[in-house]
Amino acid sequence: MNLPETLLSVRNLSVSFEQRGRRIEAVRGVSFEMGREKLGIVGESGSGKSQTGRAVLGLSEGKVEATRLRFQDLDLLTLGRRIRRDLRGGKIGMVMQDPKFSLNPVMRIGKQLVEALRAHEKVSASTARHRALAALEAVQIDDPERVYRAYPHELSGGMGQRAMIAMMLLPGPDLLIADEPTSALDVTVQQTVLRIMDRLVQERGMGLILISHDLELVATFCDRILVMYAGQIVEMLAADRLHDAEHPYTRGLMSCLPSAATRGRPLPVMSREGVQP
Amino acid sequence: MTLIRIEDLDISFGKGADRVDAVRDVSFDVTRGESFGLVGESGSGKSTILRALAGLNSDWQGMINYDGEPLASRKKLAFYKKIQMVFQDPFGSLHPRRTVDQTLREPLAIHRMDDRERRILKVLDQVRLGLEFRFRFPHQLSGGQRQRVAIARALILEPETLLLDEPTSALDVSIQAEVLNLLVELRQTLALTFILVSHDLGVIAHMCDRLAVMRQGRILEFADGGVLADGRFHTEYARELFSASQGYSAETMA
Repeated sequence: MNLPETLLSVRNLSVSFEQRGRRIEAVRGVSFEMGREKLGIVGESGSGKSQTGRAVLGLSEGKVEATRLRFQDLDLLTLGRRIRRDLRGGKIGMVMQDPKFSLNPVMRIGKQLVEALRAHEKVSASTARHRALAALEAVQIDDPERVYRAYPHELSGGMGQRAMIAMMLLPGPDLLIADEPTSALDVTVQQTVLRIMDRLVQERGMGLILISHDLELVATFCDRILVMYAGQIVEMLAADRLHDAEHPYTRGLMSCLPSAATRGRPLPVMSREGVQP
Repeated sequence: MTLIRIEDLDISFGKGADRVDAVRDVSFDVTRGESFGLVGESGSGKSTILRALAGLNSDWQGMINYDGEPLASRKKLAFYKKIQMVFQDPFGSLHPRRTVDQTLREPLAIHRMDDRERRILKVLDQVRLGLEFRFRFPHQLSGGQRQRVAIARALILEPETLLLDEPTSALDVSIQAEVLNLLVELRQTLALTFILVSHDLGVIAHMCDRLAVMRQGRILEFADGGVLADGRFHTEYARELFSASQGYSAETMA
């Protein structure tokens, strides 16, 4: 292992929205650093986890402020729009929740992959095609030629998500931000897609931010977890130490999961009033 | 005592080459007062069975018996009163332009039940919704509150069986806990029978006495609460589902 390299550094990030003259703070003073690791951001709806991811990608519709927002040696706060755009889908890839919405429905998969690659690299059409097919193979698609020719609606959810991951991997990103990448998939397909991401992250030495509402999943998949609540990080811990979590919100999230062990007694309910981020 | 008996149920959609056999050869019994789970992934046919039971799809073959009587394809109003359904998405299942009060009044009107004022107040109390919610529209409610309205709408007819189709899948885990607690409590106090459909083995394990694992329209195996605790299922697929419900595992698998 090399020395831990800081891939992304976020300090005092806040994202706010103006709504009918009122200021709504979706993210409030979030700070973290990450290297080439699997970082999980977990929280319920409205916790600000997706807005944090979008702010890093430069896709936030709100007002983004921070004392520091750096990716490698680039200052994301002052970067010009064009460079920012090159970065997105280039050095920073993203995978969204539902491939039905994130893929272009009227363009064949192959063409979308080629387009994604050629937006970031000057390569010939035949090289692009060759690399797109190789990328589809890398995400364990058995018949890459068929998928290359297919339209998104001709693919299952799991296949679509693999194609999406293949597209993101083409320009060789250093950081992949995946926002609920498997929430729209069946549980067994979810495992397959996660294994593919896991392997790719290891082989290519990428950093990965996995944003999810599923604590169990994040804890078993990632190296480190940030737990968000009401726009703030309430707890930051190593994934295998989840059961030592101290914050009442994290503990509440864990204890309210139903299972065979909770049968016959009421699930603990969180009193939201008592929780202070 | 067997309340619901399903034998050799077949349900298909479409014709010729486009024919899809959504449910194949499904048989199971549910005892009165039992909480029975149907678990499986999308397309396994679990919701299709519920819809046939609820009378939302009358195009099926086989036998469905409810309380000793065969379910004919045309059922009487009195039948629908006994068996009510709660759908997955409270954002889609409530009429956006109707208040909670109007939503609850409709089943009462259809079934020509009197004493409507009292029934509405009672059911709101049963699902723990304060009176301040009575004249609100769905968009003025949170996801958990909407699902409580959907449960209230089913309960207002005083049914004996609730068909629950992924009742908490659209909710955050902390809200899910509240809704599951409510369902458990209602089942006890009102002596209800549940058929609960879910893809989440944790939810099924918490709620059900017995379950059937479904795949591609067929029941692969039945299991009871003990199996859910230790995961000793008979079929490979059910074990796979169980392990997936425990989070991510890096071990290789087909």
